[in-house]
Amino acid sequence: MDHPAIQVRGLRKVFRKRNGLFRSSLFVALDDVSFVVQRGETYGLLGPNGSGKSSLIRILATLLLADGGEVRLMGHSLPEAQEEVRRIIGRVSVDAAFYKKLSARENLLYTALLYGQKTADAEQRALKILGRLGLEDAKFSTPLEEMSRGMQQKISITRALVVNPPLLLLDEPTTGLDPKSRRDVQLFLEELRASEGTTILLTTHDMAEAERLCSRIGFLVKGKLVAEGTASELKRMASADTLDDAFIKLTGEDLTKDEEIDQLLVPA
Amino acid sequence: METVMRQTWAFVFRGYHLTRRYISWVIVFDFYALVTSATVALIGVAAHDYRLTLTLVVGALLWNFLSSLYNEIAMSIAYERWEGTLEYTFMAPVSRLVHLCGISLSSLLNTVVHTSIVLVGLLLLADISLSGANLTGVLVVLAVSTVAFVGLGLMAAALPVMSPERGAEATHIFQGSLLLVSGVYYPVSVLPRWLQPFSAISPATYTLSACRKLIGIENSASTPGHLVGAPLSSVMYELAVLALMGLVLMPLGLWVFGRIEIWAKQRGKLKRTG
Repeated sequence: MDHPAIQVRGLRKVFRKRNGLFRSSLFVALDDVSFVVQRGETYGLLGPNGSGKSSLIRILATLLLADGGEVRLMGHSLPEAQEEVRRIIGRVSVDAAFYKKLSARENLLYTALLYGQKTADAEQRALKILGRLGLEDAKFSTPLEEMSRGMQQKISITRALVVNPPLLLLDEPTTGLDPKSRRDVQLFLEELRASEGTTILLTTHDMAEAERLCSRIGFLVKGKLVAEGTASELKRMASADTLDDAFIKLTGEDLTKDEEIDQLLVPA
Repeated sequence: METVMRQTWAFVFRGYHLTRRYISWVIVFDFYALVTSATVALIGVAAHDYRLTLTLVVGALLWNFLSSLYNEIAMSIAYERWEGTLEYTFMAPVSRLVHLCGISLSSLLNTVVHTSIVLVGLLLLADISLSGANLTGVLVVLAVSTVAFVGLGLMAAALPVMSPERGAEATHIFQGSLLLVSGVYYPVSVLPRWLQPFSAISPATYTLSACRKLIGIENSASTPGHLVGAPLSSVMYELAVLALMGLVLMPLGLWVFGRIEIWAKQRGKLKRTG
């Protein structure tokens, strides 16, 4: 039996924040979050900064332990089956973290070796992905520190895909990218889903991106999943003309402030 | 098995390319290590005392080897947190045992190259002869003490998982304390009485003691031109203590690292810092 790609039920994560030496307060990052993503589906999680999107992705990526609830990826339960889960996921975070002195080739081959792959096969695959992302071969040997943020993010996507995972966790992959790089990445993700059937969980605060890429969208605010459905269903639910308006009506939050901050991050 | 070999190789591959890319800094650090070691060894040359010179040379060399090994392993996690790559390493389907073995192997290779450079420099600058020394025995002692130092390094490597800055600070304080109590350049007996018991729990104390016997520094039959190194059988006590320390510290290091990893995952501490 084929399990759904992602099953999350009653997920809860609380962080303790230190306020001085002896005092601390609790911050609820995720509060009773439940959703299901079918295989081959692209599911979008929309929410403002601090809504719990990254915490959720980190739990799914085995980097954070939940305080309650159930998580299953392709039928593997977390945290018990974390070794199996690590074999089937790829993650791209908003911050393209690499060994910046190393070239794209060295970073990607290091990742491939970590996953037990042959470097020759991985190199071929990496070059193919980079080509599809619109990055020329010459950049393969360039140290990451000499690349623009857009290029680094494309290398980051390649790193997630070079190990061929059936499930991609994308945490704001286009935040801070220039319009062309953003378009390249979005186009690639559409192609990827169509050609390989990869399941994608995408967090973003870009409404247009969510509407373009995601078959279903969930609104996450202050750790709670307040609404989910297709873009049309969400608009209908809120009697709104646009997804922006639907988000404001259903959550009481406005994402445009976060988008403005994103625009400020776009390199000149 | 092939997968495990590739995963272990990943850390050597990464270490090699990082060394290549930071080669100017590597040269600077090796030069500095050579100069500080030579400065210490030349105190013996100035005193026209070949036994003192050899004591200092052996101290400088072994300290370079052991501290570099410990430091490379201990700081590898701190570097990953500063670069932000630790989450990606922890997300890969590589067991913590293979991960830490890979880091240790890469660190050991770097340390061997680093110590060889210091050794050649010292032989040129201090004009000493090691003829007659039991160098095979020294290599055996180094191999056994490597296990204990890897264990210490693994425990220290876990500290930057909790806090990169505080962890790195604690790592250096611990390294400095080992230098103080292990009798690297002086006999442990010159330490204040309350400090002397600490030398008994440092693996470096036993490594240095065994190596000095094997080289023949303390042998009255040794001359500046020809040393009379002791046989390996004469350092069985030190070897046994080092082996025992390795047997305890290596699994303890892995266990401590595992506990701190769980702690970090409960509190969201694996994110990039620095």
